[in-house]
Amino acid sequence: MFYREAGQYKTSYAADQALLPLAQDRYGIAIVLFTAFVLIPFFGTSFFLVSIMIPFLIYSLAAVGLNILTGYAGQLSLGTGAFMGVGAYACYKLTTYFPDVNIIVHILLSGVFSALVGVVFGLPSLRIKGLYLAITTLAAQFFLEWCFLRIRWLYNYNDSGAIEVPNRDWFGITVTGAEASPVARYFLILTVVAVMTLIAANVLRGRIGRGWMMIRDMDIAAELMGIRPLRAKLSAFAFSSYYCGVAGALMVFCWLGSAEVESFDINHSFLILFMVIIGGMGSLTGCFLGAAFIHVLPVVMRAVPSMLGWDILASTVEHITQIVIGLLIIFFLIVEPHGFARLWQVAKEKLRTWPFPYAT
Amino acid sequence: MTVTPDVDNKAVLLSLENVTLSFGGVKAISDISFNILEGEIRAIIGPNGAGKTSMLNVINGFYHPQKGTITWRGKRRRRMKPYRAAASGIARTFQNVALFKGMTTLDNIMAGRSLKMKRGLFWQMLHVGPAREEEIANRRHVEEIIDFLEIAHIRKQPVGRLPYGLQKRVELGRAMAMQPELLLLDEPMAGMNLEEKEDMSRFILDLNSEFGTTIALIEHDMGVVMDLADRVVVLDYGQKIADGTPAEVQSSQEVIDAYLGVGH
Repeated sequence: MFYREAGQYKTSYAADQALLPLAQDRYGIAIVLFTAFVLIPFFGTSFFLVSIMIPFLIYSLAAVGLNILTGYAGQLSLGTGAFMGVGAYACYKLTTYFPDVNIIVHILLSGVFSALVGVVFGLPSLRIKGLYLAITTLAAQFFLEWCFLRIRWLYNYNDSGAIEVPNRDWFGITVTGAEASPVARYFLILTVVAVMTLIAANVLRGRIGRGWMMIRDMDIAAELMGIRPLRAKLSAFAFSSYYCGVAGALMVFCWLGSAEVESFDINHSFLILFMVIIGGMGSLTGCFLGAAFIHVLPVVMRAVPSMLGWDILASTVEHITQIVIGLLIIFFLIVEPHGFARLWQVAKEKLRTWPFPYAT
Repeated sequence: MTVTPDVDNKAVLLSLENVTLSFGGVKAISDISFNILEGEIRAIIGPNGAGKTSMLNVINGFYHPQKGTITWRGKRRRRMKPYRAAASGIARTFQNVALFKGMTTLDNIMAGRSLKMKRGLFWQMLHVGPAREEEIANRRHVEEIIDFLEIAHIRKQPVGRLPYGLQKRVELGRAMAMQPELLLLDEPMAGMNLEEKEDMSRFILDLNSEFGTTIALIEHDMGVVMDLADRVVVLDYGQKIADGTPAEVQSSQEVIDAYLGVGH
């Protein structure tokens, strides 16, 4: 139908290897970016930005991070929440010591600390695989949670044990802290997420990403092709943790405003893992779809009864939401165990061959 | 036992001397010596469990023999990791297809170019300039292999969906992409029908004569072995029982005994 490559001739390998070789995909992305950068900040209400778009983008970024490690490099991790925490606390300490440096620099730098911690806890992956590796990353989760609680230096020895985000400016506009406007925070997050997703897509389609996927699919063959397992696995841990760390810093500085150890507990690790599984392992689009499903859908469902003027108890709405979300998760995983990204893929393949049912 | 013929006009690429490999009390390979000459097709045959695959695993650094020396291109090789063996020019395929299932045919063969690609993280992140040029240069090489193996129609298909015969072909392509000096093929024709075997044989012969790649292959189909191989080494219970041209090996009493059994 309208979605097919007929008539779009590639005359060079460069054109064939483009990120979006199909014109329809390019238009699609252009529409999405236009909506995100122009329509949403212009028409979106404060509630829409703060409760839906900002957390959605932050979770998407964390899901991209975990997907690089689990979906592309095949190393299962349950320490995502803690790695996000490392980024958040690192950013807090950085801005405490260097309050004059631009906050963007701090947010991007805080990922480096998270990457270093990720590499240390990634070391067991050289010997341990699959579920057993997940257990060792669980150790990272609990150890780091302990650090966030017990090392008082991390939260500047304040009595609450929480980190409070100061107001920080960027070109005269407050982008973090209580005084920052939702639109300013939204733009900052959107820019970081868009650029980092593009970078992830570039790395994944090049030499380094291919090495990760080789290790994931057949580690013995990968080694015989000259991939060093040590280097490939640790670089995946570093890259992934960097993304999680930046997501954690953004989460505290541009969304929550303050955070303590509970903000980075094991539930967050599971939440991000669910986003990756439901969205689709090994797909960047899947990260966004998964984050939308797990985070946005409950928020929307909770808002529906009051919008329609139905008189239902808030607790009942909460329970119904949980039941429906649970049922939907089961339904989608039965229909397509490989997640939304695969459903999307199948839909596109069907469009290409329409009106004939056979696949290529 | 037949003696390895001295072929003066060909240099020795790889030689193994008195190699012994054991797992606990089980001797997989005991005291085997043979060599592979540059540019030849060398077959390793023997009944099941003779130690043929272990032999390949020793050659590409996956197993480390307890005794014996391995000399690669005139240099005695120390204990080495598989990725070092790969970097020194040894490629292989597997008995059970070991492709990267989640990747397309194109990406699988591109994976074979891993060692030829060097650009660092910075350029990879931007995917412009040197990283892009490198990617395209390697793509060109990969496309030549795709042409050679006649698999252009499945270029963009995930390999997991391909029929077995094509998977074997893609795996050969992936090994070819490494531009190896020595290519180890572990039962390249196992489970294939006659036409597929003939295709694969043609690819192996063309590969050997067009690119000058030295090939060592394990195969159970004796017709294929006798037609393809320049020299054959026969293993049985981890020991070498014959070594020589196909004709010599075929007439060896020990080989006949190993395959057909001995009367008591």
